[in-house]
Amino acid sequence: MLKVLFFARVREQLGCASLDLPCPESGLDLDMLQEQLCREHGDGWRDVLEEDNMVRAVNQVVVAGNCALTDGDEIAFFPPVTGG
Amino acid sequence: MATVELPRPVISVSVQEADFDVARLQASLLSGAAVEGAIATFTGYVRCDNENRQVEALELEHYPGMTEASITAIVNEAAVRWPLLSAAVVHRVGKLAPGDQIVWVGTASTHRESAFSACEFVMDFLKTRAPFWKKEQSGASAHWVAARETDDKRADRWREGDTE
Repeated sequence: MLKVLFFARVREQLGCASLDLPCPESGLDLDMLQEQLCREHGDGWRDVLEEDNMVRAVNQVVVAGNCALTDGDEIAFFPPVTGG
Repeated sequence: MATVELPRPVISVSVQEADFDVARLQASLLSGAAVEGAIATFTGYVRCDNENRQVEALELEHYPGMTEASITAIVNEAAVRWPLLSAAVVHRVGKLAPGDQIVWVGTASTHRESAFSACEFVMDFLKTRAPFWKKEQSGASAHWVAARETDDKRADRWREGDTE
């Protein structure tokens, strides 16, 4: 399984904090996962997840660009950070 | 070629709802590390107004696990650049009010330049890398605070190497 997490404004806009997805035998990468989420949940999700400044993290490390996913990975989508 | 092992600083990172006592935190930098030289500290407080809006309350969300890991990574990067003896970071989450303490960074080093620089470095990268998000409540409306380009520019200065 893959665990997908959403934080802050993204979590509120999607109305979803986390979901679990099966990891296909054929393999999956981050862009494919995002496309799958957009297809399954509709344009509301696409508008949010395809925002220019969306941050994507895999296993709690920010990923610039695409990367391969493996079973058990934790993927997160969140807006630019505003702590401090 | 032989590699020289730098002494590893004593690092403490805490993400918590509870308020903190800066005197106790400063004292904590002295335990477990023989501090000689200097300690630099930074305390951040919740703003009373932000971008012309009166802030009545602030809610801080974070990404448990990644938050602590990213702050620890930032402190470790600082320890590569400056000879740190110890360092501690505390960041609050949950509901906060204007004027509340929100973040504290303390760095101990043999000289003030490295203590000051490391403290500023940790704060600059905490603001641009650690996964915290602020939601401000003003009147009946609440909104997520937008990231500031000036914060990115401050963090970028360290890459250019013109501030050492």
